[in-house]
This record gives sequence, C-alpha cells and structure tokens, in this order.
Amino acid sequence: MQADALTPGVHAGRLPAAQYAQNFCDAHPPLNLAQAKIEADRCYYCFDAPCQTACPTGIDVPSFIRRIADDNPRGAARTILESNPLGGMCARVCPTEVLCEQACVRNTHEDKPVEIGLLQRYATDHLMARPGAPLFTRAAATGRRVAVVGAGPAGLACAHGLARLGHGVVLMDVQPKLGGLNEYGLATYKTTDGFAQKEVAWLLSIGGIEVRYGVALGRELQLDALTQEFDAVFLGLGLTGVNHIGIAEPSASGLRNAVDFIAELRQANNPASVPVGRRVVVIGGGMTAVDAAVQSKKLGAQSVTIVYRRGAQEMGASHHEQAWALENGVHIHHWASPTRLLTEGDRIHGVEFGGMQLADGKLQATGEHFVLEADLVLKAIGQTLVVQPLGSALELKGGRILTDAEGQTSHPKVWAGGDCRFGGRDLTVEAVEHGKVAAHSIHNAISA
Amino acid sequence: MANLHSTFAGIQSPNPFWLASAPPTDKAYNVNRAFEAGWGGVVWKTLGEAGPPIVNVSGPRYGALLTPDRRLMGFNNIELITDRDLELNLREIAEVKRLWPDRAMVVSLMVPCEENSWKAILPRVEDTGADGIELNFGCPHGMSERGMGAAVGQVPDYIQMVTQWCKHYSKLPVIVKLTPNITDIRHPARAAKAGGADAVSLINTINSIMGVDPYSLTMSPSTGGRGSHGGYCGPAVKPIALNMVAEIARDPQTAGIPISGIGGIGTWRDAVDYLALGAGNVQVCTAAMVYGFKIVQEMADGLSNYMDDMGFTAVSDIVGKAIPTVSDWRYLNLNHISKAVINQDSCIQCGRCHIACEDTSHQAITATKDGKRHFEVKNDECVGCNLCVTVCPVADCITLRDLAPGELDERTGKPVLATHGDWTSHPNNPMRSAA
Repeated sequence: MQADALTPGVHAGRLPAAQYAQNFCDAHPPLNLAQAKIEADRCYYCFDAPCQTACPTGIDVPSFIRRIADDNPRGAARTILESNPLGGMCARVCPTEVLCEQACVRNTHEDKPVEIGLLQRYATDHLMARPGAPLFTRAAATGRRVAVVGAGPAGLACAHGLARLGHGVVLMDVQPKLGGLNEYGLATYKTTDGFAQKEVAWLLSIGGIEVRYGVALGRELQLDALTQEFDAVFLGLGLTGVNHIGIAEPSASGLRNAVDFIAELRQANNPASVPVGRRVVVIGGGMTAVDAAVQSKKLGAQSVTIVYRRGAQEMGASHHEQAWALENGVHIHHWASPTRLLTEGDRIHGVEFGGMQLADGKLQATGEHFVLEADLVLKAIGQTLVVQPLGSALELKGGRILTDAEGQTSHPKVWAGGDCRFGGRDLTVEAVEHGKVAAHSIHNAISA
Repeated sequence: MANLHSTFAGIQSPNPFWLASAPPTDKAYNVNRAFEAGWGGVVWKTLGEAGPPIVNVSGPRYGALLTPDRRLMGFNNIELITDRDLELNLREIAEVKRLWPDRAMVVSLMVPCEENSWKAILPRVEDTGADGIELNFGCPHGMSERGMGAAVGQVPDYIQMVTQWCKHYSKLPVIVKLTPNITDIRHPARAAKAGGADAVSLINTINSIMGVDPYSLTMSPSTGGRGSHGGYCGPAVKPIALNMVAEIARDPQTAGIPISGIGGIGTWRDAVDYLALGAGNVQVCTAAMVYGFKIVQEMADGLSNYMDDMGFTAVSDIVGKAIPTVSDWRYLNLNHISKAVINQDSCIQCGRCHIACEDTSHQAITATKDGKRHFEVKNDECVGCNLCVTVCPVADCITLRDLAPGELDERTGKPVLATHGDWTSHPNNPMRSAA
C-alpha cells in the first residue's frame, strides 16, 4: 500500500513523486544576473570592510561584489577563492546572518544587509559553470610530500593550499567520496545538483593531489607511520563519534543518529526512497537537529518536534536556522530532556521527557514529565572526536586536538584543523580557514 | 494648492512644464496625450523646410548611461528633426492648438541659413495659431553637418542674423534655442538678444559618444557597425545646463531676458533649480521618454507643495531668487571657515569618508579611536572641502559647520575673521587691488 503522511511507522514514499523535487530543490535559489547586479549595487564598498573582518576566511567582500557589478564575475570568483577555496560551498552553508551579513553596515542604515552569501554564490557558480583557464596554478614542485587525512572542508582547503605551493599531497579519506560533511552532512536542499562533488573536482584540478579512498586512521593508516613517510601530516578528521543521549537506549528500530539519517538522504538518488516516521522527534538544538527535522518534514512526516533541553537563545542553531525550521512546520520544544524511550515490541513508539529549568545558573529537572509519541527518534546532541586512533601522540583539550594558532599540534610534524581541532565554532568556513592557514604553516615548516 | 500658471515671453500656459522639441512632440497623437496628462505646453518637434522630409536611421537612435539598476542617468540620440511632411505637421499643429487653446504651442524650426528659407516658413507657422517659435540652433548631430542646428548656434553672428529675419517676418515671440557645444554660452545669448530674441532656451544636447561594445570594439550604439556622435541629455547634463542658465541670467548684457531651462529635469526639485537660477519656465524631454507623460503630474504636484511650504504664490516668485548667490570665484570669502562634523549617532561605520579623505584629500578623518573603528573629523586638518559629505551614504550624517567669527581654526591656529576677504585683495594675489 502507498504510504502517506498519516501512515503509522517508518516508511519511504509518503509523498506524491512530484512533491519531492519541490521539497528538496534549492532552499535559497541563486540570484539571476539582474538580481545580482541590483544587489551588488547596494554594497557601499566600505573601507576596511566589517564584512571582511567578520569572515573567518577574510574574503575581500567589497572587492568581489564590485567585480560582480562591473561585469567581471570571474574576477569576483578569484577574489573569493583566493581567500576561501571552498567559497562555493560556504556561500551555500555559511550562517551569514551571524558572520558577514551581520557586520554589513546596511543593517544600521536600513536593517537589511547586502545579500553577501547569495552574491558569493553567484560569482562562484559562474566560475564553476565556466571554469576557463585555471584560476590558480601550482608553484614549481618542491619534492615535499604531505599527508592530509580527512577530505572534509579543512582537509580539502589544506590539500589545495599545499598543492598550490608546489608540494605533493596525498589526500586520504575513509569514505568513497571526498567532501566530508559537505558530501555527507548537510541538508540536501542546501547543496543541490551534486555541488559538493563539483567543488571537489575543481579543487583537485589544480593537480599534485593523489587521492586514497576508504582508508581510516587507526585502521589502514597509523599516525607514526605517516609522520615517518611524509614531511608533514594534516589531520582533518571531523567528529565521527555521536554523543549518547544519556538514558538507556533500547535496541529498537526507529532510533537513529541524525547524522546517519542526513547522510542517507544526501546519498539517496531519490529522497522518495528514504523512510521517515509519521511522528518524528529530534533531540538536540544544533544545525544537525534543524537539518534532520526540516528534512523529516520535507519527506512527509506528519509532525516533527525538536526537543532541546535549554531555551531558544542557547540553541546551537542560529536564529535564522530556527526560523527556517518553524517556517517549515517543525515544532520546537524548549526546556525538556529525554528521560525514557518508550517501545512497543521492537519498535520505538514514544519518548518521555522531563521538564528542565535553570536554578542558580544550573540546569535542573523540574520533576514534571510528558510523553511525545514518535515512530522515529533522531539523536542530534553533538558529535565527538574519536581519539583512540591518535594514540598518545597528540595533546588533547576538551576531547579535541590542541593546536597553536596556525594549527600545529604538539607533534612537530602534525597539524590539525576543522571540527577535530580544539577551540572552534564547528563552522564549515572556519574549517576552511584552518586548512588554509595550516597549509601555509606546513609550507613554512617544511621549506625551511 | 499654489497657482502654477506661467507667462513666458508673453506665452501663457497653465504650468511652467513644457515638453521640449523632441520625439515626444512629433505629432498630434503624442501631443494630445501630453496635454491630457497635464503638460503646460509643448515645443513641437523641429520642422524643416517644405519638400522631401529628412530621413532618419532605422537602427538605434538612442543610447543611455544607466545605473546598475538600469535607472537612466544620461541619454543620447541621433534622431534628426521631424521626418514627416511639413504640410502634415502644420495641419496637426493647427488642430491641436484649436483643441487645447489654454496650452502653449511653440513650433521649433530649422531651415537653411538663408533669408528666403525663413521668410517662406514663418507665415505658414503663424497661420497655425501657434503661440511662438523656437529656433533650433542647437542640434549637434546630423543637421549640423548640413550647416544647420549647432552649426548656426556656434556662430553668434549667424544667430543674430537669423533671429533678426525671424523678428522681421513674424510677429510671434521668438525663442532662440542655444547649443552648449560652445566655450562661452554668453556670446550666443548676447547675439540672440542683439537680434531681438524674446527669449532663449537652453541647453540643447551635448556632443557625445556613449561608449564602445568591449567585445566587438564597435562604437555603441551603432547602426550596422557604425555610429555617429549624438546629443547628450538627461539627469547627467543638468549641472552643465544650470551653469549656462546662470551665466546668462547674471551677465549684465543679457540679464532679464526670459530663459527656458532645459536639461535633465525630471522632478520638481530640478525645476526649482532652474527657476531659482533665472529660468522663467522649464522644458522636459528625457524624463517623459523614460516614464511617459504622466510624470508631469508628479513634478507639478511637488512644485505646488513646495511653493505652499515656502509661501510662494506664483512661479515667478521663485525665478532668479538664487542668482545673487552665484558669484565669480574671486569674490568668495576666503576668511570663511567650515569644518565637517560627523554625527556619530547616524554614522553606519562604512568608512568611506575616511578613505576618501585619507587617499585623495586632506587626511582629516580618523579610522580608529582607542583601537576601535571610529570616524571623526580632525579639525586641525579639515579644510571643509565637502568630499566626505558627498561620499557618505547616509543623508545628513556628515554636515559642514560654519565656524563663528572669533572661533579658533585649529588648522591654521588663527581665529576666524569677521570681515570679508577674497582673492581680489588677498596678499598672495600679485594682481590684488589695493585694500
């Protein structure tokens, strides 16, 4: 029988086929030429522009916007990619409302920033559609070799930076495709049409990067062997462990990690093939929770509720992301924490939550309880660095790898960046900056 | 609601907004629509002499300077005078004037610079019942190659001669339309006056080339790969025209001659600029060609509200009011000191004032204060040049403050003098007059 939104249990194909294409198209469609030129005209070309300062990769925003206005989209793309080789993906996924667009002086003037993210996408899309002659070329080969472990945003940026500087790079990843969270982690409607792989192909087109797929640190790869074989090692491992929700987790169907759900959807050829519950509960308050919840709704779930133990202000998802969830019909329930997973046979059928409150600055149970019915429960309370493969070679802090400002770890031949590095905000754009800066740091170290 | 009635060179119209001689006034259909929309008068598109009409190109006649949002800033054309038969035009002029007796109907003329040509056409125009004639001594393209238009307007002797013929063979008021493609506009204006002109109108369009297509390296616009310089008009030319109007208005030899102001008028503020600098009325073309005839209603309404605000009861109350404020540079008070002031409450922190001043002027605006982004005028460097005011995106965020007499000018370390002191008597001027 054909499932629909009301069919109990976890089912694929809850929607008419045509609805999927509509639900999973670009969430923020690209600007056309007229829109781009009109929007570009709004940029004031500020001196020492606050948007550039706010960008973790320091993109010269006024310069690239001016180039769009001047009918020079290729020049605009160069400005962007010079500072951020993954500027195309960042244009899609950056929380611009808390970065460049928050800093835009137009906010003060008229409460409406220049659409920097969309303009960045306009320029980078233009280049991807018409790559022309290579924007960047490699320096003369140095004969140095660097291992880059993990091909997410940090690893890709580092590999590209090192390749430009003339070093030989071996880029290794456990997955069959490169891109890390760009390929496996983001909501489908944020990066449509296989953009992550197009961007990877562009990055690799610089040359000098050998790729090894399906290899993992602690399995095929050992850190001490890598440090012996290569002149330097960059670790962009990401966070592959998933936090537990802190209560007994019965082995029942209908309980999943949100990251796995998101990855399945990203890799599915057709979202109609991805099963989703009639009633979905997402536990957590970050971007992953929002991506999982909104996509559940877009897959045809009747009701989707995000439950977060603190208030809206404390959520890891930006205000903009929260609004996006609400706009898509997701309920957000604050101040509640799961106390019990309810099963019926071998299936989840609900979650019992306990109310939470702040008392003397501490999170405490209120003692009240309620139950949300659910046939799919998605856990999205954060990921952790799996540290075992690192052995004792590297100093850690807060469960992540400690580095200096340039990404060098306690091991003189090892650098790290992205989410596995201590002290960041777990943003794609920050991971790119880590990789970029580390590439220069490695270059300085191995060229000495 | 202020009374906008206008009397210009003896010609009455219900408001001072006339359509200039141009494509919008080429035939009865357009002019009837213009009058329905509320235009006070028209100058009918220039008539040539009897016989086979001139021929226009059937390629691009217009080019434009646009903002990124495609707002038109400047406009250029290579259309010639009317390409319709003279008889048809005269018939339609008479018809339209009969239909709209309260509107000004002025007929623009351009015939060869020979007495007989003018003698032949003038009575024909008078027979239509038109209120006046305008002599097109201005068109810079096409017709000038045949010794007409700007080719006449650039020779004051010809202007005077043709004006005299017109005054001799017609009793209609004669408005002489001047070309700006000349070094000193006062000379053709003086010639028009000497010839007995009842008024002058200006400016006609400016010689111009809009640009080049960068990918074909062909002049743009082009007709089949070849272009010709055209006449430039629209908002971008207004400052040039305003100066020329003011020059004529304050020239002792031409002061008082009625001036019809033309060039880039699209708002009531533009009209006030012209009127205050000495124009008795205004003529509009580009704004109508961009937005249609209805635009006159916004201009008339704005002017009326402005006049009510100011307590003006007639358009003539505005005319020439700003002329006494226009001076030769040498009479400007060099003892006057202004300093820019940045209102920190409305500053949006774009820093454009700083970089403009730092890179191109006087290094008189800070970028930081106590390590923080902060834009503030350094009074010991500021010369009051107004660049920061001009580049600031926020209206009235940066203003110039006039220092009071006795106040210290931190730049010179001297107090501001109460007395007037200009270049004519300045000690650095080797030609100074004795104090």
